[in-house]
Amino acid sequence: MATAAQTTETTGLSRVSQNPIDLEAILMLCQRDLMRFLRERAQLYGSLSRTIVWLFLLGTGLRGAVQIPGGISYLAFIFPGMLAMAIIFTALQSAISIIFDREFGFLKEVLVAPIPRTSVVLGKALAGGLIATLQGCIIFVFAPFVGVHFNVLNLIACIGVMLLLGIGLTGIGLTIAARMTSFEGFGSINNFVVLPLYFLSGAQFPVTNVPDWMRVVIHANPLYYGVELMRGLLVGYWNRSGWIDFGILLGFAVITLTTATWSFVSQKE
Amino acid sequence: MVTARPMTVTTQHAMAPVGSSYAIEVDDLVRTFEDFTAVDHISFKVNQGEVFGFLGPNGAGKSTTIKMLCTLLQPTSGTARINGYDVITQPSDVRNSIGIIFQDFSLDDRITAEENLRFHCMIYHVPRSERDARIQRVLEMVDLVDRASWKVRTFSGGMKRRLEIARGLLHRPAVLFLDEPTVGLDPQTRQNIWEHINDLRQEHGITVFMTTHYMDEAEYCNRIAIMDHAHVIALDTPEALKSAIGGDRVLLHTEDDAAAAEILKARYQLDATTIGDGVTFQTDHANAFVPRLLRDFPVPITSVDMTKPTLNDVFLQMTGHEIRDEGAGKRDKLRAQMQRRGRKGA
Repeated sequence: MATAAQTTETTGLSRVSQNPIDLEAILMLCQRDLMRFLRERAQLYGSLSRTIVWLFLLGTGLRGAVQIPGGISYLAFIFPGMLAMAIIFTALQSAISIIFDREFGFLKEVLVAPIPRTSVVLGKALAGGLIATLQGCIIFVFAPFVGVHFNVLNLIACIGVMLLLGIGLTGIGLTIAARMTSFEGFGSINNFVVLPLYFLSGAQFPVTNVPDWMRVVIHANPLYYGVELMRGLLVGYWNRSGWIDFGILLGFAVITLTTATWSFVSQKE
Repeated sequence: MVTARPMTVTTQHAMAPVGSSYAIEVDDLVRTFEDFTAVDHISFKVNQGEVFGFLGPNGAGKSTTIKMLCTLLQPTSGTARINGYDVITQPSDVRNSIGIIFQDFSLDDRITAEENLRFHCMIYHVPRSERDARIQRVLEMVDLVDRASWKVRTFSGGMKRRLEIARGLLHRPAVLFLDEPTVGLDPQTRQNIWEHINDLRQEHGITVFMTTHYMDEAEYCNRIAIMDHAHVIALDTPEALKSAIGGDRVLLHTEDDAAAAEILKARYQLDATTIGDGVTFQTDHANAFVPRLLRDFPVPITSVDMTKPTLNDVFLQMTGHEIRDEGAGKRDKLRAQMQRRGRKGA
């Protein structure tokens, strides 16, 4: 019996040392974050109340002031922006949870295990993306109230976009969180990362009416392409081919995951 | 109960590459932080199946050493082999060979004890078919079977520590590292943890490497290395270290201390001195010597005190200072504070 156990352990060992993708470790990291998310309801309610405030209070207030080209109602126009907002908030928050893990020690359990750093980042990013997508999906219940109607295929495509966007944004969060050793910087992430990314994404107003410099900044913001793609899929408002948006989002996710991995490998201790 | 315990927890003999007979070999290891040298050219070897203690005050370089041995920190120079694997060139093999219990808890306290163990199985690739049985066994070993489905946040410090020891054993490591495993625990729990560690060694032949700054705990080790100011200044069994500093101390109260001292010097060649209202000297095996002395000593003896040397005496003699416990107290307090604050934030 002992011999059999040794053989499996030895083969397990060589597999761990060589492959940068450790599926079971990725699964474990995802499962843990999802489990914690589903057991803590507070985050969920936060997302719902945020949407109600922004969509109905701010949206209703600004409805008369903003002109949307193409005869789309303002509330329908900002609906994809609400999805983007849920995703950006959740994805970054979920990446930040790694600071808590560091503070409470669980990160050590992960870092000292024979898991390649690439897989640690992939697991956390996939978890962040999935949770962000779940949070975003809740917002679909508001769609009928703002006159947004779409078919099932577009809905599925949109959920895919949400996942990709969520993974990319979690990558940004992980890159920052790998360097942060305390909670002190936690609040500034909201002010210096989340809000600028959101307001410069064309989620709240059409890009046609802004000054040139701002248009340049918005076009450099990956979140903008996520919002545009979701808007195309849900409201039928296209500015370019959806494949271009998709390609940019894919590149964005690859880049942030790479920088997050670097950030983890090079962190001190 | 006893039969339910694991038959084999370690498979280190087969896993280790051929030709390595030591569980840990440290060779000229150095670690510097900018201009501060935390570990300065240390070398030692730990036998398989040994409980090896790393004793020293806080800041001596114990934790830095353990981090390098666990592949969490790169050595500046020198190297170490764990279970035959090099910590620098084969970190993955080293991580597979070791279990670690950190100074601070490293459990996820929002999920249950069993979930913590299950996740550990996943990241260490414990064969699926064995997981349930192994989890059951380690829980039995640390007496936490009835708490398996409790969230870890409801656990006391001692229970968390036991759960961590259980978790550290799930993947059947050859070497178990414990970094100050009993800091902040009450004496009874500390005793309890030590019983578990002893069981591990005796029943499963696992090698245990632990750091501590509690002198009384170092007594449980087969051998101890004393570390101070980045150097290993002594390495031996606790008994050998203690007898090296001159045996037991005897204090006699007699009716004529001066005369008694003279007789002790002349008849027994002892370095006896009078202090206060008594006469004192050191000798090996005082428990055998004193009865002999009482039988035919010419000066009437009114009372006898015998004290065995402690590791504290050893430490004091070798370093010229006490182990700095007060510093530890301050740091423990700070750590507890941070954990509290963190919990509120979470």
